[in-house]
Amino acid sequence: MTTTEQGSSFPLAIEGREALEAAAREGRALTPTERAVAMVEAYTAEEAAERTLENEMLMDQRAGTRKPMIINLGPQHPSTHGVLRLITEMDGEVIANITPVIGYLHTGIEKQCENKTWWQAITLVTRMDYLSPFFNIHAYTMAAEKLLGLEIPPRAEWLRVLISELNRLTSHLVWLGTSSLDLGAITVFFYTFRERDAALDLFEMVSGERMNNRYFQVGGCAEDIPPGFVERLSDFLDRMPARIDEYESLLTNNPIWIDRTRGIGVLPAGELIAMGVTGPPLRAAGVPHDLRKSQPYSGYEHFQFDVATGTHGDAYDRYLVRVREMRESVKIMRQCLDGLPEGPWIADDRKVVLPPRAELAYSMEALIHHFKLVSEGFTVPEGEVYVSVEGPRGEMGCYLVSDGGPKPYRCHMRDPSFVNLQALTHMAKGSYLADLIVTIGSLDPVMGGVDR
Amino acid sequence: MSDVVAQIEAAAPGAVVQEILHLGELTVEVERTRIVEVARALRDGPSAYVLLSDLTCADYPDEPGRFRLAYHLTSIQSGGRVRLRVWAGGVDPEVESVTSVWPTANWHEREVFDMFGVRFTGHPDLCRILLPLDWEGHPLRRDYPIGGETVQFTDAV
Amino acid sequence: MALIPPPGAPVQRAPRTDPRIDWDLRDDEVRDFEKGVLTTTVDKALAWARSSSVWPATFGLACCAIESMHAGAPRIDLARFGAEVFRASPRQADLIIVSGRVAQKMAPVLRHIYDQMLEPKWIISMGACASSGGVFNNYALLQGVDKIVPVDVYVPGCPPRPEGLMEGINVLQRKIGAHGQERSTAMIHERLDERRRWAAEREQEAALQAATRNTAAST
Repeated sequence: MTTTEQGSSFPLAIEGREALEAAAREGRALTPTERAVAMVEAYTAEEAAERTLENEMLMDQRAGTRKPMIINLGPQHPSTHGVLRLITEMDGEVIANITPVIGYLHTGIEKQCENKTWWQAITLVTRMDYLSPFFNIHAYTMAAEKLLGLEIPPRAEWLRVLISELNRLTSHLVWLGTSSLDLGAITVFFYTFRERDAALDLFEMVSGERMNNRYFQVGGCAEDIPPGFVERLSDFLDRMPARIDEYESLLTNNPIWIDRTRGIGVLPAGELIAMGVTGPPLRAAGVPHDLRKSQPYSGYEHFQFDVATGTHGDAYDRYLVRVREMRESVKIMRQCLDGLPEGPWIADDRKVVLPPRAELAYSMEALIHHFKLVSEGFTVPEGEVYVSVEGPRGEMGCYLVSDGGPKPYRCHMRDPSFVNLQALTHMAKGSYLADLIVTIGSLDPVMGGVDR
Repeated sequence: MSDVVAQIEAAAPGAVVQEILHLGELTVEVERTRIVEVARALRDGPSAYVLLSDLTCADYPDEPGRFRLAYHLTSIQSGGRVRLRVWAGGVDPEVESVTSVWPTANWHEREVFDMFGVRFTGHPDLCRILLPLDWEGHPLRRDYPIGGETVQFTDAV
Repeated sequence: MALIPPPGAPVQRAPRTDPRIDWDLRDDEVRDFEKGVLTTTVDKALAWARSSSVWPATFGLACCAIESMHAGAPRIDLARFGAEVFRASPRQADLIIVSGRVAQKMAPVLRHIYDQMLEPKWIISMGACASSGGVFNNYALLQGVDKIVPVDVYVPGCPPRPEGLMEGINVLQRKIGAHGQERSTAMIHERLDERRRWAAEREQEAALQAATRNTAAST
């Protein structure tokens, strides 16, 4: 990767050159994305030679030709929710075409998981979609447990639901804060991050970290919840509904918010499904598809909650759906707290799960198990599974392939942001550039998940 | 023989190579050349597998087919899931693109091309998606090194 | 993990025990101090102004970006240190907080943004991934952002707490004030006293060792 002499090179030009090189090396024409990145119109080598400045100016003056103006948003941009590059072809103020270019946060997590043991991969996978770390590891550990055939104790399942719903709440708080920030409603940003700090304190109590936590373990939860957690969470849940009311009082009936989000980013439900969009954008279009209801996992069938759906499928409906989901999360957490079963917080299988530390003092077997697990890790029987959970952005899936060894053979995470972002082009075509910002916000992409 | 396989046999006879039911998940292995037919049959059939949840690949260098593609289909109305498996072939792996059946396969196939080098014929825009456009090599292949820099710790995994 | 005190508990402040946080006095500092040389008032004023109004550019890449947003949020308010506005345009910013993992594809973009900034400019490398590649030692990431840009302050963590970023900005502010008076006179006196104490202790140790060697030799 060329990193360059100071100030003399323009990275967009570098990427254009890369595209042309790649095509030249393989002896083919440019694909639409490469053409957009290279900002060229229709190139073969001969045409490239012809496009001198004079010819360009002559072409511009010919009657009837209107070349679109190309505006490049990102990758460094305050409103693209991370490092997303959008090559926007504009006809005046109206968007004619968008080519999203991703990969600016590609971390090689899937490759690296193949080099780590089953436990170590959890710490990598949690950093993928960094706003919903628990959903990443929930999908991964459920997949590993399915391959192992492990039974999870009920307390572990309820704890997982509790922490997952708290994660959904924090993820939606970030979405609300940053989307409002993009549209100028800065107060909402400060309010939501105030709540999020309180929720991250709860994560810190439980897992030791505010973000990129590793609390779910293969077999259940790594540790039990600490004393004081239940009271603190209960306090938080008591405050939350009033706070959500506060956010709604700022936005829901706000004429500016309504003007900017009503009717923006609409796609019919059939097209959304064809584009693979799941999660709040699909539910806002009226399709009540929620994996917690249609394919319940981890004890979700014990909880009573509604699936928030909208009618028009525009950005405003997505906003309402997500706010409603925040309220439902609070409800689920309340039910969880009230009915949390007693018992072990992790499965019993000593081949896979660490024995309790107290046992190491008097049991030789426990010591041997502990040693083997920590030094070698465990092996998972051969097979492949695909497990998905309902994340805050949609269907978060984990495709795990094992070859009977101590490391995953292939760990692929199906990230909802990656798939939902494909629909951006179709949603934003024909709208104004300002509406593009609203659309991106309403889709809620997290580039860590998109690029992995 | 499960419902899914029956549906496929009705619409595209001879396409199914084998069917595996393991851990409650159904995997149907399909002929490489018939994948689009099968896809269309499943999408338009009674179970309506309209949602392509995931399209990915695993590299088995010792197998003759080498690149094992997995298509994960979901039916929204019934909640059912099925996995289609296709072996893309070791030298110049090529499979027909299913973007005409499920448009969401666009970026998934680009990612498989980027990471594994499997070409998809009929894809509207097959170029690298996650890596720089002139990157050489396909990282998720088993023979591609992990890269990075050497560090002091000798037992680093 | 009961590291968070319950609500209503009195706040306990840990003493500053690690001397490396305030790095040791430089020789020129000691010399200047002992000679009684003061830097010019203009220099001090410039340093004070620059350090108290460091405006970061928005360069949030990954998880660390969320924590840097928290650093701007009400609880740990960066605005009180002068990092009031996160400017979107690099031409209007003084500081890049590279918060997050820098992929190979993103590296030239980072360099370009850095080049577009006007002097004086500083860089904080926030998080393990920006400082050294972090958890990810593989083909896809730049193993440390200091391979392409000169970094002033490294803030470790994955992600660092917003208080950590705040400390990083404070360290940077002290660094910026390096051409003015970096620390107060009281602090310089304290450090010089500490040095004298350590020298005295070392002398005592040496005397004791010499004494034991003598007695051992004589017996």
